[in-house]
Amino acid sequence: MTERAAELAEQAAARILADLGGSRRGVVVDSPPGAGKSTLVVRAAAALADAGEPVMVIAQTNEQVDDLTDRLAAARPQLALGRLAAGDYAPPDRVTRHPRVRLSTRLADLSGCPVVLSTAHKWATVRAEAAWPWAIVDEAYQMRSDLLLRVAGLFQRALFVGDPGQLDPFSVVQTERWTGLSWDPMQSAVAVLLRHNPDLPVHVLPVSWRLPASAAPVVSEAFYPFTGFAAATGPGERRVAFATASFGDHAVDRALETAAAHGWALYELPARHAVRTDAEAAAACADLAARLLQRGAVCHSERSPAGDPVTAGRVAVGTAHRDQAAAVRAALADRGVTGVTADTANRLQGREFDVVIVLHPLSGRRDATAFHLEAGRLCVLTTRHRHACLVVARAGIPELLDAHPSAEPVHLNVPVRFPDGWEANQAMLAHLSQWKVRAP
Amino acid sequence: MSTLTSLARAVAVATGTAQRTCTVRHVHVSARPLVFVPLALAGEAVAPLAAIVGDQPQAPALLVVAEPRDRDQRFAFAADLAAVVLRYIDGYLAEQEPTPGREPATRYADAPQLLVPNQAGITFTRLLGRSTRFRRTEGPYAVPPSVPLLGRWLTFFTERAESPSSSLMLAATDVLAAHWATGQSPVEDRNLGALLGWIDPPPGMSGAQAAAAAEDPVRCPPAGPATDPTFDNEVLDQRMLAVRAARLSGDGRAFQRAAAALTAALATQLEPTWALMWRAVALLRALPEGAHVAARWDGDKDAFTWHARHVADGGPPQPRRDGAVAAARRLASLERLHEMVAAQRAFDDPLVMAEHRLAGEAFAGRVVAAEPDRVVGAGARRVLRPRITVETGDVPPAEPGGTFTSPARPGQQARVVAVTAAGGRTRVVLELRGGMGRSLTPPPGSMPALGEFVSYAAFGDGWQPPPAFPAPEDTPWTHGGPPARYAPDDDDAREDWS
Repeated sequence: MTERAAELAEQAAARILADLGGSRRGVVVDSPPGAGKSTLVVRAAAALADAGEPVMVIAQTNEQVDDLTDRLAAARPQLALGRLAAGDYAPPDRVTRHPRVRLSTRLADLSGCPVVLSTAHKWATVRAEAAWPWAIVDEAYQMRSDLLLRVAGLFQRALFVGDPGQLDPFSVVQTERWTGLSWDPMQSAVAVLLRHNPDLPVHVLPVSWRLPASAAPVVSEAFYPFTGFAAATGPGERRVAFATASFGDHAVDRALETAAAHGWALYELPARHAVRTDAEAAAACADLAARLLQRGAVCHSERSPAGDPVTAGRVAVGTAHRDQAAAVRAALADRGVTGVTADTANRLQGREFDVVIVLHPLSGRRDATAFHLEAGRLCVLTTRHRHACLVVARAGIPELLDAHPSAEPVHLNVPVRFPDGWEANQAMLAHLSQWKVRAP
Repeated sequence: MSTLTSLARAVAVATGTAQRTCTVRHVHVSARPLVFVPLALAGEAVAPLAAIVGDQPQAPALLVVAEPRDRDQRFAFAADLAAVVLRYIDGYLAEQEPTPGREPATRYADAPQLLVPNQAGITFTRLLGRSTRFRRTEGPYAVPPSVPLLGRWLTFFTERAESPSSSLMLAATDVLAAHWATGQSPVEDRNLGALLGWIDPPPGMSGAQAAAAAEDPVRCPPAGPATDPTFDNEVLDQRMLAVRAARLSGDGRAFQRAAAALTAALATQLEPTWALMWRAVALLRALPEGAHVAARWDGDKDAFTWHARHVADGGPPQPRRDGAVAAARRLASLERLHEMVAAQRAFDDPLVMAEHRLAGEAFAGRVVAAEPDRVVGAGARRVLRPRITVETGDVPPAEPGGTFTSPARPGQQARVVAVTAAGGRTRVVLELRGGMGRSLTPPPGSMPALGEFVSYAAFGDGWQPPPAFPAPEDTPWTHGGPPARYAPDDDDAREDWS
């Protein structure tokens, strides 16, 4: 399976790199979760630099820029890299350990570097005399189009790479003033780019290296209904085993064993309308994480067939709101668990874990608002894992969805987005209900 | 909804009276605002039916359109409205004041203020402005010159109403709901009568009873622009038909009688809201004004001056749509103002600050230790860096290295040096810089004294330079390239749906 997947991925990458040599002003690459987006960015940057064309790399956060710098420097140790950063930026070890990486706050200091990397916000402050022949925009679906407007004057042609299924960029300003305009500044960079340049080639990476065989078809159908993708590994290639047996019959253990066997588990609490920081749900998330570590989970994968222990650093709890994440962190601290990441979907974007526990955004709610129904939120939460995903939810979400059909207004001149959040939620729940474990 | 607002709503339900959620007023209320209550004909996008408008509570102007589907009558209504609105605006174009050190060197000493009952009133005003500002004053379907001018001013007001820092155009329900918490839902708060019932019930009634009474559309007709459907069916329909029949019959006196009857019927729908609007103005005036409100109103005066001079210089009307650069620029400016106003509200108002303290974005407590004369560095580089220790019962968001700002001394930065928690209370050691002059001893009052109660917030109202955008003629290929130069033409007045 893995060889076939590698072949498919290689063919896709070759097609994309061939397009970069063509005459198009831009190339868009849609990447499902864990499909080797960073690898592609590194390859494309190296290929363009080899062809003698200076490249600017635009990512959204310093963390992302540091990751790309590290990977590019490791792949091409002889290539001179420029890391442009703001004055208060402190470079981490993974950037400073590469001798050929030059750091500066001014672009003029980095002349002669074939590849210069920085965040979009820093690039927006740069005034260059000559436009760069090429730019690579990473996480382009998380970039707002007004930011693209500020940096687009710096380059002639660009490769845009991103995951269309994740959370859209947002604004604190609520207005419909620009709804329907092709350059709506609240839209993502790629949405605006494609509306003005509908003839640009759009490639799709076909294989997810992160998601296991149990997750890829489900996620592909629920969140990427038209493009689809496959898992790189076949069924059974990724396994979770426990070093200890459970004692007695407890719902937490049953949920963990279900997730180990099938890649998914729905840990269902009794139906109740709860406040946002539902203490029982937070406790359930913390119990699952604590028990997983106690029982000494070991995951077997194509990287380590002999098995790696699942450490706290490889486990995450994902929530919709910041106060819910804080409640889960407090519950974890009460159980003496340290090192487990508990954060919101927005902050987990782009990260990867072995096991992820999700507090369902609709759990215990009276209403299903557009925020809680957003397909991107559920997609981020259910696609961070390499091995297993456990969803904690109060019973009654199907009834809640039935009572709140999608009622968003339809605007003129606004392309319809698929999948619709309501539909995606139904699809995920229908799948999860097979692996339901009722909490006492 | 924040914790404190939820609590205030619960208290409002329990006591039957609205609870204040602010100690000061965060908007400017003019000494002579123009109150405008429009009504629209049901089923039409912008068909004005009637309006009551004026800047004196005892002298409103009542404008009525006998046949709102007739476009000539619509623009005759716009001309009548323009007479009132433009005369009111002209009253502010007399007196100027100097603006030291800034360009232009003068601005108008005060600015007009337009008050409508609710958000729907702002939307109606926006659409009315859009349908009138591109009208031609000569050729076929010509309108009086005051009509497009009215459209430009109404558009100006509604565009300012989108800005969180502006008080040039306000919706009464929004402003009242931002200052009081009621025992009803935020959707019910959009009903002006019910909202005022909670805030200021008549003698002998609780807020809840007064709000329930205000739900009766006969006693308290809707505050527009939508009318009460029962009124439409039972009264309006008959009287409009009577006007039409009288006009067709050619009987002048019958027509006048029918028109007077229609006007009287519409007056019953508008006059209660007129009275409510002035009650709302009086309630808001009774609140003390927040410290930053005057500075924000100065910004409104600048905007008013800019637009008045733009109109006087023969500039074009506002375009129908923002271009790519204009849209991005406007969004950036709105986002910066949003942050600025949020910080200023917290700095002006301890109750708003309390919400931030509960949300973990600020803390407050007493100064339990101070080193006012602490100096670091040597020789010529010796600088004053006093330290204070604040003991707080809040859960402070402080981590060493974070910077905080105090409302009492916004020009001074406090950097967290150490945080120690003991017995439910936390001690935060802060190092201060800025706002203490150049000497090596801080002047009295320039830093918190021992025993002083201080609050510190993780946000400041510090000014940031506006982000740089390309010029419209440099719009990049990703956003459609440079746009064609905008020239107003007849197509501007056409709507996709008209």
